[in-house]
Amino acid sequence: MWRFLTSRVLQSIPVILAVITVTFFLVRVAPGGPFSSEKAVMPEVKAALEAQYRLDQPLFQQYLAYLGDLAHGDLGPSFKYPGRDVNELIAAGLPVTAELGFYALLVAVIIGGLAGVLASLKPNTAQDYVPMTAAMIGICMPSFLLGPLLVLVFGIYLDWLPVSGWGDIPGDKLLPAITLGSAYAAYIARLSRAGMLEVMSQDYIRTARAKGLPEWQVVVKHALRGGLIPVVAFLGPAFAGLLAGSFVVETIFQIPGLGRFYVQAAFNRDYTMILGTTVFLSTLIVVFNLLSDILAAWMNPRLRAQFGDH
Amino acid sequence: MTTQIISDIEEAEKGTSLWKDAWLRLRKNRLAVIGLGTLVFFIAIALLTPWIAPYSYQAQNLDLGATPPSAAHWLGTDIFGRDMLTQIMYGGRISLAVGFVATAVALVIGITWGAIAGYAGGRVDAVMMRLVDILYALPFMIFIVLLMVVFGRNMLLLFLAIGAVEWLTMARIMRSQVQSLRQQEFVEAAVSLGLSPATIIRRHIVPNALGPIIVYTTLTIPSVMLLEAFLSFLGLGIQPPQTSWGLLISYGAETMEEFPWLLIFPGLALTLTLFSLNFLGDGLRDALDVRGSRD
Amino acid sequence: MMRELISLHIRTERLISFAWLVFTMLVLAACSSSESNVSLGNRTGVLYYGIGAEVQTLDPHVVSDTIAWEISGALFEGLIRHNAETMQPEPGVAQSWDISDDGLTLVFHLNPEARWSNGDPVTAEDFVWSWRRSLHPAMGNVLTDSMYPIKNAEPYSKGVIEDPEALGVRALGPHTLQVELENPTPHLLYVLDSPIAVPVHRATIEAHGAPMARYTKWTRVENMVSNGPFRLAQWKMYRFLRVERNETYWDASNVALNAIVFKPVDSDTVEEKMFRAGQLHVTFQLPVTKIPAYKAVVDSPYVEAPLLGSYYYLFNIDRPPVDDIRVREALSLAIDRDLLVEKVLLGTERPSASMVPAGIPGYAAQQHAVFNPDRARELLAEAGYPEGAGWPGLELFYNTSENHRRIAVAAQQMWKEHLNLDIELTNQEWKVYLDTVDSRKFRMARMSWIGVFPGPATFLDRFVTGGASNRIGFSNERYDELIQHLAPKAKSRDQRFELMSEAEKIFMQEVPVIPLYNRNGKHLVQPSVRGYYPNILEYRNFKQVSLDPDVGIWQWPSEDE
Repeated sequence: MWRFLTSRVLQSIPVILAVITVTFFLVRVAPGGPFSSEKAVMPEVKAALEAQYRLDQPLFQQYLAYLGDLAHGDLGPSFKYPGRDVNELIAAGLPVTAELGFYALLVAVIIGGLAGVLASLKPNTAQDYVPMTAAMIGICMPSFLLGPLLVLVFGIYLDWLPVSGWGDIPGDKLLPAITLGSAYAAYIARLSRAGMLEVMSQDYIRTARAKGLPEWQVVVKHALRGGLIPVVAFLGPAFAGLLAGSFVVETIFQIPGLGRFYVQAAFNRDYTMILGTTVFLSTLIVVFNLLSDILAAWMNPRLRAQFGDH
Repeated sequence: MTTQIISDIEEAEKGTSLWKDAWLRLRKNRLAVIGLGTLVFFIAIALLTPWIAPYSYQAQNLDLGATPPSAAHWLGTDIFGRDMLTQIMYGGRISLAVGFVATAVALVIGITWGAIAGYAGGRVDAVMMRLVDILYALPFMIFIVLLMVVFGRNMLLLFLAIGAVEWLTMARIMRSQVQSLRQQEFVEAAVSLGLSPATIIRRHIVPNALGPIIVYTTLTIPSVMLLEAFLSFLGLGIQPPQTSWGLLISYGAETMEEFPWLLIFPGLALTLTLFSLNFLGDGLRDALDVRGSRD
Repeated sequence: MMRELISLHIRTERLISFAWLVFTMLVLAACSSSESNVSLGNRTGVLYYGIGAEVQTLDPHVVSDTIAWEISGALFEGLIRHNAETMQPEPGVAQSWDISDDGLTLVFHLNPEARWSNGDPVTAEDFVWSWRRSLHPAMGNVLTDSMYPIKNAEPYSKGVIEDPEALGVRALGPHTLQVELENPTPHLLYVLDSPIAVPVHRATIEAHGAPMARYTKWTRVENMVSNGPFRLAQWKMYRFLRVERNETYWDASNVALNAIVFKPVDSDTVEEKMFRAGQLHVTFQLPVTKIPAYKAVVDSPYVEAPLLGSYYYLFNIDRPPVDDIRVREALSLAIDRDLLVEKVLLGTERPSASMVPAGIPGYAAQQHAVFNPDRARELLAEAGYPEGAGWPGLELFYNTSENHRRIAVAAQQMWKEHLNLDIELTNQEWKVYLDTVDSRKFRMARMSWIGVFPGPATFLDRFVTGGASNRIGFSNERYDELIQHLAPKAKSRDQRFELMSEAEKIFMQEVPVIPLYNRNGKHLVQPSVRGYYPNILEYRNFKQVSLDPDVGIWQWPSEDE
């Protein structure tokens, strides 16, 4: 098990290094620089600026300098926001995105779980098709369509919920969470449906039924626990995916999260910020994948036995 | 030679009955049939658009402006007075084309990669699949955004970028199929007959792995179409005067309060297509009895 | 095995019940009502003010975009400020000022009561130090040219003169500042309250790094020292920036607001919804398609006023086919500006074929083209493309934006209809677009320009031969002479404007641009806001603004009324 862990961690290092290298050179190829504006920058001014941000050095030297700074955990100053550094921007955006991701996952688990469990109780009937189809809306309706529609209905026609913001007004977190979470609801519905179907055919469920327990008690007290295990295993990678994919929702609802910072940085040619966010998110995804592998290994009895040996 | 012919015949028979069975099962799945029907309908419209579109794609009528659905314009008009039904029809051409072409790119790369890795086995397999693992770990949405920003917007790049993301799962599926098929007797027979690996893969392995590939393809197309729509929403996808459903939705979202039909109809078209593809994919999976192809 | 499963079940169950708990809390929070920003603000004197994007930095010398401009006006104060209603200069840090008879020397008498927010007095030396800083090339400020009237400002800001002593600004005493000019330039007064000319606190900046560094942390809430009517209280990126009344400000008793909350909202549709929900007093912008409805209601909160800005298409006059003046003119004459503005922009801008926009006192806007499709066709035929035959193709570049797209699509159609020309539209993301324009890889491209003081110079001086923002290849000796030598030395405003007008005519004779319209400022303003004056520079004087606590939130009149 430890060998498995160490090798997985070691494998992640070249992945992240590759991400850094590719991103570093890719952003420099992009047309337009961080300092261009509608009013042309005078050559003297441009030279002074580039010197200040080390952009006048050979590219490879800049790359090495960046790696050096990175080794100290320093992601550099932001070009677009003079006076801010990338570490601080990520630190400001991450909690927001993580909170959004958490609520979205919650919405996904509640909607998807409910749909999946309902569907599994009477497979291949209307009680199966209707909730599963409803859950599929999330996959078939992109967030940039669902978001505006929810805003139109709940924010404008019904006027129940705020249309944008994050933590400014109570309730402004609800629509973004639903929009982002619904894409994952369908996956969770599938997983929980399959999990429940499998559990419902197990011996201990039959035993519980034989004891004369009402069906809802059998489901809630016995089946649910086992049936939702695959869902729990799915949460890790799903959360990582939510973090990396939240930028559309953050843009629609004007949420000051990491995803929005990233997209803006890409448009602004904020080199250090693009790099910093990409490196950070890649690391995060790698870590979450690692964690979910470990969790899967730990939940798998055969592998768990090895865990105990070492 | 004779063995070769016999095995081919057997295989062909096995193939037809398998497909016939699957078709019968699929036909019983009402949702999948509706999905297939809707899809065929949309594709037919997309192909025939230049002949059947009610109005010219570019013609504007600034005096008319944005009007709600009417007898003359079934789905209303946009702010330039252009017929929305025509816009959606032309947008569908692009959206569907992106979906199919980018999926084809993914398919070709994924199948080749997976088949080689699975067939070669050993060290080659380990290296190739490790690369897939590494690519899996990258935040791809982020990379696509970066790619589109760096190289500008063009269709070819869009296909390549999306295809490059979507081939990974395909490669994994293909590899596991090849690995299990390699153990089968008819493949071993072909090997003993001295056929080249490329021929074996083409003649014996790919046809037998077709089920999972088809299922995964129907599920890849919708995610590709979504990706294109995402990029268009961010202003990084299709370029005007060409249009796509994603682009129409992003324009529509700007004015959804004043002119809701500009958001609702393209949204409906995209959602219906994605629903159809998903239902069809699910139906095919059940019919072909493919497990775990969606992850 | 069974036990393991059960322990997992319990964990799962806990997770699920926790999930329900959080969800319930979310829903409860959503349903509990709360006071809107606007009514809270009206009650407590806090203005909620929309800005179109996160402010890049609070260092007024580094970035001078519109947003930095607005916030800098609250945090800092230059020598003078302007009355937003009359646009006349009023005392700022300077109580009074004298202009020498030859107009070349200005002497400012500083208010001895002027204080920094930490209590230090604001001195003439502060201005000398600050201007040497803001004009220094390392600061990368793109608006340094607005200070060129000051002696040696131009060579100093380009690094040609490195000695800061050479800059024509001197402290004659702790409260007396002398500014020497290159030429008599009365409009310099308009520039003196712009971010580039406000003082910054030397000790604070030096405590946090090199004086000319762009990225030190002196602008943080805990470090910032400023001298304006407000001081920095809170700054949450992408959320809000709150400034509060500065008690050390010399005129604090005349500041009505207790605080201003600047809300960065980069989507105009979202901002409009926030306004309607009572979250904002003033919006930064407004989607064009929403304006007709707002114009139609009684007691509309919609405020539209001319803005000193023009919107036009540029030609790269060195590249065929637009190197032919007849082609350029044909393209210009085929545009029906009235129809374009009325139908595509829904009447929210001012159709105009002038390069210098209307609204400058003393300068008449000239119309350089009238919609004339027949003449356009003639010209095109003369140029060798009768009815579009043999047309080599042309593409129009614009940066990604809904409004630019709409205008371009409509113009494309007009060229097709009247000239039978196919113009390809190419939109590019902003930075790519700038690269295209700067490196002159275009033949026709969109551009717009906003003036920083009420004079034609901003709109004309960048087209001098070799100017950094010229971009089109225009070059004319007489024009250069007028703009660079004759107009600056003019004896009076009228004489200067006359020379500028001649230059504009020379420029437009070549049709190097197609002007489309003059811009308007478009905002939604709550009825409780007092002392908000629209003006051509979009200049805000937050000292003048107050809130009426007795006026409620503006609400859309219900339909049955």
